[in-house]
Amino acid sequence: MRHVHGWLLLTPAAILLVSFTHYPTIATIINSFFSKGNSVRPSRFIGLSNYESMTQDPIFWKVLFNNMWFAVGTIPTSIALAIIMALAVNRAMPGRSFVRMAYFTPTILPMIAVANIWLFFYSPDIGLIDQITGWFGFSGHNWLGDPDTVLPAIIVMTVWKEAGFFMIFYLAALQHIPPELGEAARLEGATRWYYFRRVVFPLLMPTTLFVLINAVLNSFKLVDHLFVLTKGGPDNASNLLLYYIFENAFSYFDTNYAATLTVVLLGLLAVMALAQFFVLDRRIHYR
Amino acid sequence: MFKSITRTIAGVVAAACLSMLAAGLSGAAYAKTKLTMYYPVAVGGPLTKIVDGMVADFMKQNPDIEVNAIYAGNYNDARIKALAALNSGQPAQLSVMFSIDLYELIEQDAIVAFDDVVQTDEEKAWLKSFYPTLMENGTTGGKTWGIPFQRSTIVMYYNKDAFKAAGLDPEKAPETWDELVAAGKKLTKSDGSQWGMMIPSTGYPYWMFGALAMQNDQVLMNGAGNETNFAAPATIEALQFWKDLGAKHKVMPEGTIEWGTLRKNFLEGKTAIMWHSTGNLTTVKKKAGFDFGVAMLPANKRRGTPTGGGNFYIFKKTSPEERSASMKLIKFMTSPEQSASWSMQTGYMGISQAAYDTSELQDYVKGFPYAAVARDQLNYATAELSTYETGRVRKSLDDAIQAALTGSKSAEDALKEAQATADRLLKPYR
Repeated sequence: MRHVHGWLLLTPAAILLVSFTHYPTIATIINSFFSKGNSVRPSRFIGLSNYESMTQDPIFWKVLFNNMWFAVGTIPTSIALAIIMALAVNRAMPGRSFVRMAYFTPTILPMIAVANIWLFFYSPDIGLIDQITGWFGFSGHNWLGDPDTVLPAIIVMTVWKEAGFFMIFYLAALQHIPPELGEAARLEGATRWYYFRRVVFPLLMPTTLFVLINAVLNSFKLVDHLFVLTKGGPDNASNLLLYYIFENAFSYFDTNYAATLTVVLLGLLAVMALAQFFVLDRRIHYR
Repeated sequence: MFKSITRTIAGVVAAACLSMLAAGLSGAAYAKTKLTMYYPVAVGGPLTKIVDGMVADFMKQNPDIEVNAIYAGNYNDARIKALAALNSGQPAQLSVMFSIDLYELIEQDAIVAFDDVVQTDEEKAWLKSFYPTLMENGTTGGKTWGIPFQRSTIVMYYNKDAFKAAGLDPEKAPETWDELVAAGKKLTKSDGSQWGMMIPSTGYPYWMFGALAMQNDQVLMNGAGNETNFAAPATIEALQFWKDLGAKHKVMPEGTIEWGTLRKNFLEGKTAIMWHSTGNLTTVKKKAGFDFGVAMLPANKRRGTPTGGGNFYIFKKTSPEERSASMKLIKFMTSPEQSASWSMQTGYMGISQAAYDTSELQDYVKGFPYAAVARDQLNYATAELSTYETGRVRKSLDDAIQAALTGSKSAEDALKEAQATADRLLKPYR
């Protein structure tokens, strides 16, 4: 009788999870084994053909590498910046709450709005960035129209958007570090850098893991800005995996190939999440 | 407090029951035909209000038909929503969708040809009452599938003040590619504060390229939607010219040019000439702080521009009554009077000669002649790029254009690759 009660309590959550998480996941995997159908040629089972054509699809490799560079460019920078900002506002100083708010503002803005603002920052000649560099005598640069600068430009914007969000977690974690540790370190004559490296940073590790997981997930699932800024262009130079999935599903109506790409994305995310939990978790000191 | 809440709830429930009862009664009395229609809005402005107003007028004239017009976002969203509704078994009866969605909709067996819906001779004549060029994107295999509604072409906006300052005749826009380059050289300032011209190459590069190719006397695809001409010598020449505007003649910035910010560049005087949709006409008219002109695109071997915009489609899963009601609605929305007022309020073009023959639109054109540039250009226009597998084929061309403009590939290599991709995709349809 008691386990019936337990199952009843679980049911609402289980229904939601199964219908919106587990069933779609399984359906996606099944879909990836079928061909694109239409009224003339119905969809049929084709085994791994979709995966084969995926490995031969140059755009797939391009978006995968782009996504890797995007992750490499955004994650360490935004985490480092978040720690620096958190340390900066974690002490008594005039206008502290104002600075904290200023750091946090980008997080409140919706990504689409942010992208629209940055679209004008980056636009050649009339944009804010080119106007500022113009004062120093540099001529305008077509930031989003040049395949070499478009991805870095998007990385900078994403870091600006994300760092403030991560700062909040670090700020909370910093305030939980007992002040005695700092006092003891000062008595022992430790430098501030040494204190940070050997005491503060290790104590921040649980937060870092949490932030790291979030940052990795975001680097794969945040593509809102691409709709506004570049639509993946020029010539796929800023295209990311999830945006490519969207294009396949809704511009080309090839839901089966989109499913194939989604399976790859799911696999990548699962591997990274597991690696973080099992490898990093062991090396983290929890109080 | 609690009592009053209970009372309110009871009141609401009672009211709901009553209204349902009333709805049931009136349904029994009139047996209205109900239509659901999706429509997209691709440019800014209060366009939803205008459409809703037109639909309300229609219902006033036809009390036996009830139309539920649903704004569905941009062209892409409208297609996704309409097709999703079809798949979920609650189909809409008709929709306005991108004119180039034609083959996709036929392939999904979603729409019915108007030839199979029209009955009377009058209706058959109505099918032929629109500008033939606007019908190109709506016809294939000898049948008409789409009726033009919100349609546009590309026009050339130019800054007359900048023309004067550069010693050019402000009343005479460049008419050929050579004149365009020559004017561009005079208009481009060496310090980078003003460019001669800008042609946008993000968002819809294939659309702008359709104009350049047509001016070089080359269409991009055949009428059956299963052949593309991306690697034809004239196509390659056209892309080379576009690239040369930046790389060789230095009258346009190199790299890609953003569709979304181009209008601002023009309004701020950063470029003296821009190519853009007629859909921007009303906004430019309202916001330009200088004297501006609108002209047809220049010619190389001939003039040319693709048409653009949305058509009416009727879905296949409809009863005969719903089809005839849909026909009534479409005939109303595309009538000369409605089309004329739509054109004046939005900047989209009137879709038939009869619309431009109405006294309202004639008066408007007299006061603002640029409103007729898009219409006059129709004589030189062609269909917008639309094929089977249209999304992928279009993307392969977009990528090729951007690769050439950013210099990562030569125009010839890029277009040959795009043609190979298109051939592979379109082979099953030949």
